[in-house]
Amino acid sequence: MIDNNDPIKPMDSETLKATQKFNVVAHDIAKIDGEGLVLGRPAFADDLAPANALYVKLVRSPHAFARITSIDPSEALALPGVACVLTWKDCPRVPITRAGQGNPEPSPHDRFILDEYVRYVGDEVAVVAAEDEVTAEKAAMLVKVQYEVLQPILDFEKALDNPIIIHPEPEIHEMFPIGFEPKRNIAAAYNMEIGNVEQELANSPVYVETTVHTQAQQHVALESHTAFSYIDIHGRLVIVTSTQNPWHTRRLLALALQMPIRQIRIIKPRIGGGFGGKQHIHIEPYVAMVTMKTGRSARLALTRREVFEATFTRHEMRVKVRLGANSDGKLNAIDMQVLSNTGAYGEHALTVFMVAGSKTLPLYNKVNAVRFGGHVVYTNKVSAGAFRGYGAIQGLTGLESAMDELAHKIGIDPLELRRKNMIHEGETSDVFRIMGEGTEGVAMTIESCKLEECIARGKELIGWDPNRLVWDVAPGKVRAMGMAIAMQGSGLPLIDMGSARIEFQDGGFFKLHIGATDLGTGSDTILAQIAAEELGVDVENIIVYSSDTDNTPFDVGAYASSTTYVSGSAVIKAARSLKKKLIEAVAQKFEVDPAFVLFDNKTFKTLNGGKSLSLYDFSFDTLYHDGERMKTLEATESFTGAKSPPPYLAGFVEIELDKETGKVEVVHYVSVADVGTPINPRLATIQIEGAALQGIGLALYEDVRYSERGHMLSHNLLTYAIPSREDIGKITVELVDSYEPSGPFGAKSAGEIGIDAPPAAIGNAIRNAIGVRLTEYPFTPERVLMAIDRAKAEGAN
Amino acid sequence: MTITLYINGNEKILDCQPGDMLTEVLRKAGYVEVKKGCDTANCGACTVLIEDKPILSCSYLAVRADGKRITTIQGVAEEAKEFARFLTAEGADQCGFCAPGFALTVLSMKRELRNPSEAEIRHYLSGNLCRCSGYEGQIRAIKKYLEAVHD
Repeated sequence: MIDNNDPIKPMDSETLKATQKFNVVAHDIAKIDGEGLVLGRPAFADDLAPANALYVKLVRSPHAFARITSIDPSEALALPGVACVLTWKDCPRVPITRAGQGNPEPSPHDRFILDEYVRYVGDEVAVVAAEDEVTAEKAAMLVKVQYEVLQPILDFEKALDNPIIIHPEPEIHEMFPIGFEPKRNIAAAYNMEIGNVEQELANSPVYVETTVHTQAQQHVALESHTAFSYIDIHGRLVIVTSTQNPWHTRRLLALALQMPIRQIRIIKPRIGGGFGGKQHIHIEPYVAMVTMKTGRSARLALTRREVFEATFTRHEMRVKVRLGANSDGKLNAIDMQVLSNTGAYGEHALTVFMVAGSKTLPLYNKVNAVRFGGHVVYTNKVSAGAFRGYGAIQGLTGLESAMDELAHKIGIDPLELRRKNMIHEGETSDVFRIMGEGTEGVAMTIESCKLEECIARGKELIGWDPNRLVWDVAPGKVRAMGMAIAMQGSGLPLIDMGSARIEFQDGGFFKLHIGATDLGTGSDTILAQIAAEELGVDVENIIVYSSDTDNTPFDVGAYASSTTYVSGSAVIKAARSLKKKLIEAVAQKFEVDPAFVLFDNKTFKTLNGGKSLSLYDFSFDTLYHDGERMKTLEATESFTGAKSPPPYLAGFVEIELDKETGKVEVVHYVSVADVGTPINPRLATIQIEGAALQGIGLALYEDVRYSERGHMLSHNLLTYAIPSREDIGKITVELVDSYEPSGPFGAKSAGEIGIDAPPAAIGNAIRNAIGVRLTEYPFTPERVLMAIDRAKAEGAN
Repeated sequence: MTITLYINGNEKILDCQPGDMLTEVLRKAGYVEVKKGCDTANCGACTVLIEDKPILSCSYLAVRADGKRITTIQGVAEEAKEFARFLTAEGADQCGFCAPGFALTVLSMKRELRNPSEAEIRHYLSGNLCRCSGYEGQIRAIKKYLEAVHD
């Protein structure tokens, strides 16, 4: 509930539709910053950097694994205009994590800002600052570094118990037990079992086993990671940075630099896309070090190549799923075993891996037994981190591929197989209670789940016919369909907290201050809509300022699909609390009990209509006219979810597959989602649409490729393809009617869910098209052709 | 060295080095509406008009622009505001980092193509990447915008 004193009464969505009339939420309001962004008004970190700031460049490792034997900065320092060169010897020897997560972080502290060892090509070696960018680049090249080159581990299948140990350093540690065993190259591990999986599998008449390998993926937010720093008038360090989590950044930075947290201020300007890629500290320590060393302002915008080579990717995973079922398709047991590649450092290692189970297995909650386990291993590749979908996409790809194999084996419509086994409203899953975010989970009963409606509508939109899932369209060309269902979460229950402050201003408008970080999602807009709805004013009466650790209340930041649900609930609470204060203050003026004051249509009135006062007039009274009664009326409230209600989605795809070339094209992709009440239907829809395209990119094109020595080959947009607007046919997104009783005005999350289904749906469509399953992502023409050859050899086609 | 550019109708004499790309020179001169996205002429965020033609300024040597007319999105602000109304109505602005370069290409397309088909629109704009992937919403916005302005 939003507020224990004033609970929102649970209602089914039909009742709600009839009774609840929203004035501002559930309306398509244009994003409040849209025009400014189109006009390119200065908004992003690099637009705002002071002209006299030093340019920072990083010297990066050319080796996948090496020990630095010497660094000689003398030539670089001799170059006119060079302000400083900093190396690992200038850094506090404190292990940190770069993962922007709650405290204590579920990621191991296995990283130093700069270290004597480098663990992937692109790992930071030294920091150079100069008066202009060209000089900084030249100086970076003049830093003489000698390396003792070590043998790397590049194949994650070979990492476990390899004699090469990537993290032998003694100072590194976990914050609480996460299965961290660096001597075995294990960053994290986890196992759980409910019931007896082996027995259930053995006793099941039908058994399938499917292993898929999903690759690393790059975020490719069009704005690169960008920051600048300076010392303010009070001698404090200020960093303006493209971050999804200002408070985590401040806390981690304070640890890394061994400074008091109070000495640091983080300001988040507009963010040019994140997708999880800015949920870490990548650049802030380096500008901070330069500013602390020189006293000067310092700026750093990573090049696109640096973003590719030296920020994070999605975790590569091998997901093995075993299913046991009855011959009618009733699932008895699910076993999911995962090997995850965290790369050189363990950011988000445990949590992404656990989400592969925790946000997939509850979909099929009627099993007698379920098991999840595996390892997250270190390799000498760039680190993996948070990325939209956050493990759920990998886990679902395995699970939903196996479900289709089961449907084939039994000879049942894959859609009916899912309907037979999937979760419904009023039900729960033990997995919710057992598996949390690196810790135990939180038990919850599902109060909103419109998967049936999602499937029914998706079936209609794509034209699903179980007897015609593949058909010829031209010589050598077939079309085929596939589908998958998905779930996600809405924030991290009892871990992540968001706050909002609303202050009444002269002129009768409201200042909404939130720590939540809009990274292009439109959260500033939808949080303003929530405030306006609750206060009973127009959205134009709300001005929004977000994410400044000095000036906005605390929020963990934008990740884990939390902003609408967690921060949105904080906004409702603050608005409700402020409204109460406004009415009490007006009641005092009217000299009546607050129960006799109404606020409607921007006017306060007594119940009998005897007295009335406009919001506008009252704003001047309370700030300028009312003598001893004058006061600032404001309210600050916080929210943490007692649960994390999952949004649900059914994804359908029609592909065209060319058997001569192996090329797969998406003709039509359909996502139908249950996100609860969409606070802004248009923005929720476009979130799901964009996520679908990123999921299609993962399924078909996007691949992080390395040379045999660990150099990234796909380090620009020429060699790493993201979908363009010509690459796919059509995407259709619809939202079904739904209402989540625990959410703000019935809302759940919408940001991540859309990315989860495409890889499995496309894999299932290809399986229908050619009779064999591709298990290596992405499904390039070469792989499709090889699979067709394999199918021919096996006589399956 | 110095170059003379006619930016959004104003003569500007700017310092630059022979190897400087136009994006950097413009940004340093305060035209921060020109965004730097990919460094390799793939994403379209740095689009400006040079002599009324859309050009990727990240791979255009600043010295080549000497004496030429440059238009950034701010130079066509009124037109851009009108297009922004259609774009934001579809929710297709999203993070907005690619938006100035994208909008400038849309305005340029409007001048070049009469009643373009959806395929022609997608093709004309294929060099403007959007990782928020609001392509479908952008297509809806462009179609409505073209309909409105061509009436």
